[in-house]
Amino acid sequence: MIRTGSQILINALIREGVEYVFGIPGGAVLPLFDVLYESPIKFMLTRHEQGAGHAADGYARATGKVGVCLATSGPGATNLTTAIATAYMDSVPMVAITGQVKTFLIGNDAFQEVDIVGITRPITKHSYLVKDVKDLARVVKEAFYLASSGRQGPVLIDLPVDVTMAECEEIVPPEIDLPGYKPTYEGNIRQIKIAAEVINNARRPVLYTGGGIIASDSTKELLELAEKGNIPVTTTLMGLGGFPEDHDLSLRMLGMHGTAYANLAVTESDILIAIGSRFDDRITGKIDEFAPNAKIIHIDIDPSSISKNIKVDIPVVGYARNILRELNKYINFVERKEWFDKIKQWKEQKPLAYDNSGDIIKPQYVIEQICEATHGEAIITTEVGQNQMWAAQYYTYTKPRTFLSSGGLGTMGYGFPAAIGAQLGCPDKIVVDIAGDGSIQMNIQELSTAVRLNIPVKVVILNNGYLGMVRQWQELFYGKRYSGVYLNGNPDFVKLAESYGAKGFLIEKKEDVRPTLEKAFSIKQPVVMDFRVDPSENVFPMVPAGQPIHQMIGTMA
Amino acid sequence: MRHVISVLVENKVGVLARITSLISGRGFNIDSLAVGETEDPDLSRITIVVRGDDSILEQVRKQINKLIDVIKITDFTNEEFVERDLMLLKVNCPVGKRSEIIEIVDIFRGKIVDVGQRDIVIEIAGVEEKIEAMLALLRPYGIKELVRTGSIAITRGVR
Repeated sequence: MIRTGSQILINALIREGVEYVFGIPGGAVLPLFDVLYESPIKFMLTRHEQGAGHAADGYARATGKVGVCLATSGPGATNLTTAIATAYMDSVPMVAITGQVKTFLIGNDAFQEVDIVGITRPITKHSYLVKDVKDLARVVKEAFYLASSGRQGPVLIDLPVDVTMAECEEIVPPEIDLPGYKPTYEGNIRQIKIAAEVINNARRPVLYTGGGIIASDSTKELLELAEKGNIPVTTTLMGLGGFPEDHDLSLRMLGMHGTAYANLAVTESDILIAIGSRFDDRITGKIDEFAPNAKIIHIDIDPSSISKNIKVDIPVVGYARNILRELNKYINFVERKEWFDKIKQWKEQKPLAYDNSGDIIKPQYVIEQICEATHGEAIITTEVGQNQMWAAQYYTYTKPRTFLSSGGLGTMGYGFPAAIGAQLGCPDKIVVDIAGDGSIQMNIQELSTAVRLNIPVKVVILNNGYLGMVRQWQELFYGKRYSGVYLNGNPDFVKLAESYGAKGFLIEKKEDVRPTLEKAFSIKQPVVMDFRVDPSENVFPMVPAGQPIHQMIGTMA
Repeated sequence: MRHVISVLVENKVGVLARITSLISGRGFNIDSLAVGETEDPDLSRITIVVRGDDSILEQVRKQINKLIDVIKITDFTNEEFVERDLMLLKVNCPVGKRSEIIEIVDIFRGKIVDVGQRDIVIEIAGVEEKIEAMLALLRPYGIKELVRTGSIAITRGVR
């Protein structure tokens, strides 16, 4: 049957099982919107394309499905770039569709023209400029396959408006043929057996796991490995929820703001087993002193992650779930009493703690109360900075896809639109964006989206009147010369919420924290909570940049 | 150190840009680059000569390999390979000097491809050292214009 490019695109999206498309229309995508008008795909109009991108990302992280966003050419496309980069750094499956000027105008500085394929080249897994309508169905199929396979990531499709209007015979694309793309899924058996033997003989092993555990749905296999082998587990920020933090073997998070006991255990380990993690500088601190006595086993889907930052002794490239299933066959239970005694001692001497004795609301207390009030069953999204670190430290994550945060790029403004996407993907969950008063203002316009579409996300603003993390660094490392961090002129967040049609609460007393949270979680509409927290509170423990991770400041002992 | 990298790619728009931006993104200057179709018109071969730190280049090689349109990448540095560079150059050549210049070109097994009133166009292929050596001998006559393809390389048949 003869169809237009727009019809072919929308049909292809339907074939891929797309439920939601997040975006904003414009001149170059008008024909697409005309087809969307009567399609079963629900179009979610955001108020800024960055919000659309992050919402698609939040939907993808919460559900494991591919998130889809759509923007017009020029500024619509450039507004998507931060969201695309965010998804790229955290390996999130996403397909971004941008309109483009007519093919014969490309390169002519036409109205709302920008070379978005060129701009996004370093921040996409792959990209397409479709110049012939006959390629469109195949391109969409490839894009979804690329986004969701191997090391996942965003794929961009740039669509000139004349291609969306051109007609051709609609064909269902044949099997995918990408000779240059063959991700390794099965690990090398010999390497796996060597790894198993090394693990079985380890006296002080530590599992250090990242977002790859969640992306590959390997939490069950990881739990089995940890329990079967009797190995403590620390996770990265991206790996939170990959291993239950209420488990005896959990060391919680490691790295710059990780627990003292996780960092000490990694430093003293003799075997470090990294799975789906990439030895980021926020994890390793000073690289020469990271796990100095450990032999390193690295399981990862991406061969370019192996020995990138740190030399790996036993690499196993492949899909974590497949490798762990195989590895678990050869793992023996080893008691390692001495090692666990030592860890127990660290946990007792240097717990994750803060001083909650005063009347003032501590931000950590708010996070703990969110965890208790939701029984740890909520989906937490975060912005970036102190709010993000406290959310990581003081909420106990036990399930995958319940902590959504911009780990790699560190995008302020991520959490709120991501919460909207997550809530659409998981309508029965309580979804909470933990924000700072600075970062919430970077995408606050999406309140309008949440209200109009009746998406009942909850926003917790830990309002300290500062760009808190930068203030903390200036306090500790720049002689308290507070430069450009004081947020005078903050709006009245309650009134602001109300003006959008959301509920707003101001919380200034400690005893009001829990009741307000309970009330907010029972309301089936968007709620903004403005918690006035201690402005001088810092995130501890902390490894100063460039220091080894066992040299932390601000541990309680 | 000097690396000769050979990349087999799908013959598609934008592949070259993806590869060169990965290299330039790490701050490496490309010494030379040659692209052409292979025996299969759907595939192209890109030969890149680049100097840089071995471990960083190894990382770049892995990242290029990750590109969807890249089928295979080989660093020839530790392999037996044959390398050739083609140069065309226009040299000042008054009538009286013609035989001198032709003699030099013959020694290097180059070819005269055009002769004008005041200049001569020479074609020479070979490894970099040979081309440089001939260039040094011709320089005193005055080189008006010079163009090179950049190295292309292929592994030797017997391993």
